[in-house]
Amino acid sequence: MITLYRVLLATALLGLWYLGSATGVLSPLFFGRPEKIAAQVVEWFVTGEIWPHLAVTIAETLMAFASGTIGGVLAGLWLGLSPRSLAVLDPFIKAANAMPRVILAPIFAMWFGLGMGSKVALGFTLVFFIVFFNVLQGVREVSPVVLNGTRMLGANCVQLLRHVYLPAAMSWVFSSLHISVGMAFVGAVIAEYLGSASGVGYLILQAQGVFDVDAVFAGIAVLTACALMLDAIVTIAESRLLVWQPRADIPRDS
Amino acid sequence: MAALEFTDAVVRYGAATILGGATLSVETGAFVSIVGPTGCGKSTLLNLAAGLLAPSAGSVRSLGVEVSGVNRKAGYLFQGDSLMPWRNARDNVAAGPQFAGVPLGEARRQADVWLERVGLHGAGNKYPHQLSGGMRKRAQLAQTLVMDPPILLMDEPFSALDVQTRLMMENELLALWAGSGGPRKTVLFITHDLEEAISLSDRVVVLSAGPSTRPIAAFDIDLPRPRDVAEIRHTHAFQEAHARIWDVLRDEVLKTYRRNVAA
Ligand SMILES: Nc1ncnc2c1ncn2[C@@H]1O[C@H](COP(=O)(O)OP(=O)(O)O)[C@@H](O)[C@H]1O
Ligand SMILES: [Mg+2]
Repeated sequence: MITLYRVLLATALLGLWYLGSATGVLSPLFFGRPEKIAAQVVEWFVTGEIWPHLAVTIAETLMAFASGTIGGVLAGLWLGLSPRSLAVLDPFIKAANAMPRVILAPIFAMWFGLGMGSKVALGFTLVFFIVFFNVLQGVREVSPVVLNGTRMLGANCVQLLRHVYLPAAMSWVFSSLHISVGMAFVGAVIAEYLGSASGVGYLILQAQGVFDVDAVFAGIAVLTACALMLDAIVTIAESRLLVWQPRADIPRDS
Repeated sequence: MAALEFTDAVVRYGAATILGGATLSVETGAFVSIVGPTGCGKSTLLNLAAGLLAPSAGSVRSLGVEVSGVNRKAGYLFQGDSLMPWRNARDNVAAGPQFAGVPLGEARRQADVWLERVGLHGAGNKYPHQLSGGMRKRAQLAQTLVMDPPILLMDEPFSALDVQTRLMMENELLALWAGSGGPRKTVLFITHDLEEAISLSDRVVVLSAGPSTRPIAAFDIDLPRPRDVAEIRHTHAFQEAHARIWDVLRDEVLKTYRRNVAA
């Protein structure tokens, strides 16, 4: 039933868009024409033109996600276990996190060039803080009973880190997986849009340059589909990785 | 040689003196219970024995050596959930041997043996959140016993269980303690339930109300073993012991109660 309503709603919206642009109520110059957008998407895939760009964007996303996660976990474990370092660094971390990081894109472009490096760097700064704050929280909220229990079983410092702090922190990392993968993607696309030589963001930038609004919308459609697919993969990974957590657990985002 | 020897042990948190010179000796192989009003410092005393806490003054010795750092001779059964939630029951029980360097396969085999002994046969693949409170306690017990520690420290381990489960687990604890083959383990058992203390123990120690808690009396329990903890409560000897100990404990409980009401 709900599916039916959804299909009806989507059809109605697309229908209105189509009628609006066909009759000229919605200027095709600004709003595009849905049938042309669809044709553009099909053409990209049929000619294969989209694949290298899509591959670049996804590769940037994955690298930003991986590096941001590893960096966030390491920094979170370190500062979570060393309250003194955290006290010293606290204002710097707050400032770095408060900074609108998109604005770093031009700087990264200067440092790392227009290739994938600058895209990964921007995605990294977005993912890093999400993971970092989750790990910090996870380390602080490790149950003292579990910790003492593990110590009584003879665990040394390294074993405590490996078998208690890390899994506790990772559960928080996993619970923010949707956001951090999404942020890696956003970072990659925005950096591409602000200056690049390939990627889906670059396709959009080019189309915009020649006022091809249909191609801009087509690019957005491809990106949206891609983001939804990443999200679905995360959902599957999550259910595999968090078998040990009670199902009714409240979502613990941010 | 005493399994545990507290000599004038003092624990302070800032200006507050929790333990005020506790002196207590627990002989090897004995089952000793400690009772006292809520918040008087029972867990604090046990944490000293475990080496999770260092005394502010005085000393704690275990089997002839000064306790400093985690007491490797002791296993600890906590009141709360100490199982690692990200490990299933088998891997929780296997943790101790694994930390000691036993290969994982062998550690898991030992874990299965102990899961069976505590009545968790077939539950090895379940995660803690999939186990009932009683089953989690059994898993904790297996996790501790697989290490075969000569000393067992137990902090109100059954207080969160319903009465039936609790009686059953108490009987099983006594059976495991008596029937392990080797020399008997020393048990230091903390509870606020006097009946539980008497039915399990060779000796019951009463702690004074805080602050500055000290052991104020000790009673030998001459009830025959093996015991059934549910039935022994109806015997004359049990009730007599209960009356004698309660006579001392009541005053301490009342002191705590009055102070809490006043506060
Ligand atoms: N880390 C701590 N800092 C300050 N006070 C504490 C701390 N741990 C325990 N206490 C105090 O010590 C007293 C004894 O605690 P505890 O040993 O847990 O009591 P019990 O186990 O007998 O209920 C309590 O009044 C508690 O508030
Ligand atoms: Mg306590």
